Amino acid sequence: MSKVNGISGRAQPRGLFVYQALLLLGSFALWHVLTETEILPPFFFGKPLIVLQRVWEWFASGKIYRHLGITLLETVLAFSVGTLLGLAVGLWLALSPIASALLDPYVKAANAMPRVILAPIFSVWFGLGIWSKVALGVTLVFFIVFFNVYQGVKEVSPVVLSNARMLGAAPRQLLRYVYLPSATSWVFSSLHTAVGMAFVGAVVGEYLGSAAGIGYLILQAEGAFDINTVLAGILVLTAFALLLDFVVTRVERRLLTWRPVQGETEPL
Amino acid sequence: MTGPRAPLPLSPALALEGVTCAFAAKARGAPPYTAVKDVTLSVARGEFVSVVGPTGCGKSTLLNVAAGLLTPSAGKVTVFGQALTGLNRRAGYLFQTEALMPWRNALDNIAAGLVFRGMAQAAARAQAQDWLQRVGLSGCGDRYPHQLSGGMRRRVALAQTLVLDPQILLMDEPFSALDIQTRQLMENELLELWSANKKSVVFITHDLEEAIALSDRVVILSAGPGTRPIGTFAVDLPRPRDVAEIRLTPQFLQLHRNIWDTLKAEVVKGYVQSQRH
Repeated sequence: MSKVNGISGRAQPRGLFVYQALLLLGSFALWHVLTETEILPPFFFGKPLIVLQRVWEWFASGKIYRHLGITLLETVLAFSVGTLLGLAVGLWLALSPIASALLDPYVKAANAMPRVILAPIFSVWFGLGIWSKVALGVTLVFFIVFFNVYQGVKEVSPVVLSNARMLGAAPRQLLRYVYLPSATSWVFSSLHTAVGMAFVGAVVGEYLGSAAGIGYLILQAEGAFDINTVLAGILVLTAFALLLDFVVTRVERRLLTWRPVQGETEPL
Repeated sequence: MTGPRAPLPLSPALALEGVTCAFAAKARGAPPYTAVKDVTLSVARGEFVSVVGPTGCGKSTLLNVAAGLLTPSAGKVTVFGQALTGLNRRAGYLFQTEALMPWRNALDNIAAGLVFRGMAQAAARAQAQDWLQRVGLSGCGDRYPHQLSGGMRRRVALAQTLVLDPQILLMDEPFSALDIQTRQLMENELLELWSANKKSVVFITHDLEEAIALSDRVVILSAGPGTRPIGTFAVDLPRPRDVAEIRLTPQFLQLHRNIWDTLKAEVVKGYVQSQRH
């Protein structure tokens, strides 16, 4: 998260954005020159102009919207369900030492398992529609949120906890006013990773078997050795991953105003 | 006599009788560490008692026992004549370290206790606003703890405790992290708030001057392990006091010398022990 803050933070030199844009243009230019001169074979590396043209066609014809919509829907669903589950289970295990001790090896095993291999099973269980992709995304998001909530609850300052108890907080109030806010801050610090993982789950799920979505488009193009369309798909995915990340940063700033930021000064 | 027996009218606000706290040793097989041993201490209603002892002598342990946060290994705690079980609901506790909820702003932190007791949000906020003003922070209600200075956070913590109007106030070196000017300011404010509505106070400190300037009675603890009270001194300085000025009076200096003679030996002992570990 600090990395993201570093990139989009306030303390950046002026004109940095211009240089960043120039770097992007430069890489495209280099790509263009290398493939035009066939130093890099265009069959394997594509051509940037055709790639951009493909992207333009998608958006101009409106063909992409359905696929994009489905991928984003899967992402959002996987993210929401995974986060809620992670929050609930994280709180439960962190506050119940017996359950935590009992389930500890299973949680570790489930986390260690490469979740992508579950995709075929989910396809069988949930079909080729969006739900098998949501399920895959959920298994990825769940553990990130779960471990952060667990940590968040465990790291609640014992003094803050004692203080709340001395002020008269009942167990339910401790949950609502102490554990939950503390865990939430940890959830938010993992939000960028969680959203990214939801996206990965959606696209990989589509790639492994689907009837719609950006992953499906890429899979189709790959089957036809159409490297330009594959790259166009990757470009669109990247752009939307950045957009999601931006939204998360915005939400995070709004909800975590209480958290100290290094070197923050009061606006007058 | 008929009906349930009422507690004796003169029972002390807080009494510890033969309290011993032993903690399991960190090393396997080692004997348990006895932090405090056989402590008997009572605080009368409306009395301001300071407990002074060398660093690491188990002062906070005693306060945690009085608050009901820690069950003693042996001994009894009574609050207004009734045996204490669970948390001490009549006590407010001002912790040594930061205890404010960082995710609630100053006003909501002060209102927290009232909300926990089932008061409506708006009413709790109104009362909290009143206390915010009393501790001199009326314009800072919407600031979060990290946006306040150390002294301001202390004031918020004080208001957070006092808004509940506890009959007993337990304070664990509440001003030790503050600079000397802020500290004296806060001490005077504390005395003013206390004299307006006399609560029983247990004030823990390692600063003897602070203890004498504030209290009716100073209790000296021995060095740990196995801490116990080794001396009690009544402070008969006139009230109201100004903590900065009272330090310069001859009575204060005399009292300070008397108590220091007792404390000094313990400080040296505590130092030697800390060197050995």
